[in-house]
Amino acid sequence: MSIGLFDVLGPITVGPSSSHTAGAVRIGQIARLLAGGDVKRAEVTFYGSFAETYLGHGTDKAVVGGLLGFDSFNEQVRDSLSIAPLRGMEVTLKVSDAPTPHPNTVHIEAYSKNSSVSLTGISVGGGMIRITEIEGQKVDIGCTGHTLIVFNRDLAGVVADVTGLLASLDINIATLSLCRARRGSDAIMVLETDQDIYDRTRQKLEKLPNVNRVIFLPKL
Amino acid sequence: MIIPSIKYMLEQTQRELCPLWQVVLQEEIRDRETTRDEIYRRLNVTYTAMKKAAESGISAQSRSISGMTGGDAAKYYSYARSGRSLLSELCSKAVSYALATSECNASMGVIVAAPTAGSAGIMPGAFIAAQEVFGFTDRDICNALLTAAGVGAVISEKASLAGAVCGCQAECGSAAAMTAAGICQLMGGSPEQCMDAGALALKNCLGLACDPVAGLVEVPCIKRNGMYTVFAINAADLALAGIRSFVPFDEVIDSMRRIGMDMSPCIRETGEGGLATTDTGKAAREKIFGKK
Repeated sequence: MSIGLFDVLGPITVGPSSSHTAGAVRIGQIARLLAGGDVKRAEVTFYGSFAETYLGHGTDKAVVGGLLGFDSFNEQVRDSLSIAPLRGMEVTLKVSDAPTPHPNTVHIEAYSKNSSVSLTGISVGGGMIRITEIEGQKVDIGCTGHTLIVFNRDLAGVVADVTGLLASLDINIATLSLCRARRGSDAIMVLETDQDIYDRTRQKLEKLPNVNRVIFLPKL
Repeated sequence: MIIPSIKYMLEQTQRELCPLWQVVLQEEIRDRETTRDEIYRRLNVTYTAMKKAAESGISAQSRSISGMTGGDAAKYYSYARSGRSLLSELCSKAVSYALATSECNASMGVIVAAPTAGSAGIMPGAFIAAQEVFGFTDRDICNALLTAAGVGAVISEKASLAGAVCGCQAECGSAAAMTAAGICQLMGGSPEQCMDAGALALKNCLGLACDPVAGLVEVPCIKRNGMYTVFAINAADLALAGIRSFVPFDEVIDSMRRIGMDMSPCIRETGEGGLATTDTGKAAREKIFGKK
């Protein structure tokens, strides 16, 4: 297995534990991106080990720091709970004893002015994370490469349109997965690409028929 | 980078007639489509972050979030500066900076997880102290970081760097082995000596439990960082004296993995055994989290 030089010597992050802080910040950041920017209101629920030890590890500050758009190496993460109200973000923290497959699990509902997202993320160690659920649909997003998340209608041809457009721009798709609640309903397409995606490309994808929204998560 | 074994790294140094750090640099460039300049730029950022964490850990004297720890780095630093330390200047400085980095970590300060947050003090402790005492350039330190990362990559490949998988031998043990190899290189050791230093350091950590009080990265982690940085320097010193590791480094890493598999989950970062379940440990947990 390949490991990056700066995975061994890193990440550079606020302490005290890369899974409880760096990973948690990243999940918060992704919720912010998927919610469409400045988060006005967020409900954060911790499960498993996160629920038991979030206070001692500062996982609450880490998630809120991410929701505020801070990077994991930003010292302001430490003070995120007091910064949030100053930035007009209302945060509710909850714990749940419901069983989850992974001990470090957090569920976030985040609302911006015009949009919102509901997602579940797990922190799998060393600051690495996976998003396991978006809007009630099971996904598996590792966020290790450049990731495109496409919200679309489950109709024939949408995948071809999206992949065709990427191919025409010489963007290679490394992995692709699809999920839907039921036939013809809202669906989510997750693509990992070898190349960075410019915002113009993202906007072009968003204009394709039956594509509702496209989010790009740049490589860490 | 993909570095399958220590043996591979040593063979590459002979084949290419190059130092260990260059093997690591080339593997990273090959695997990640990056450039030499970009790697050194990021290494400098990394080392700067390490120095900043060590500095702020001494000056800020912040308590941890739980309130269990804090202030010991400053205490030891002023003790060492008064000239009363039993250790050499190099070692007493290394202890100060390692404690400081780990205290910075426990108070949610910014650190470099090298290789993990729990073991973040060991490498900066020794490297910053060595630079101050012997006047190494930042480039020398960056090259020591490369060699250390090569060792870390092999441990990650053959075993693990996670306490949850292999206990603290995988975190503080790996950090000590990486640091020993880096210090040995800084002091002019041959590639073989560097790897003997790493093997000697890791051998002495085998079986180390990860049993932190209340599941938090504080007790015994912070002081362990302060002590293991000295012991990495000690391992480098043995290797520089020409002492070999009887068991080759690769085999030591293999045994670390096997020992990790043999360890009960209760001493693999679950906070359910060892120090965590002492009367004091349980009382601390109850005080912090309000339950047993």
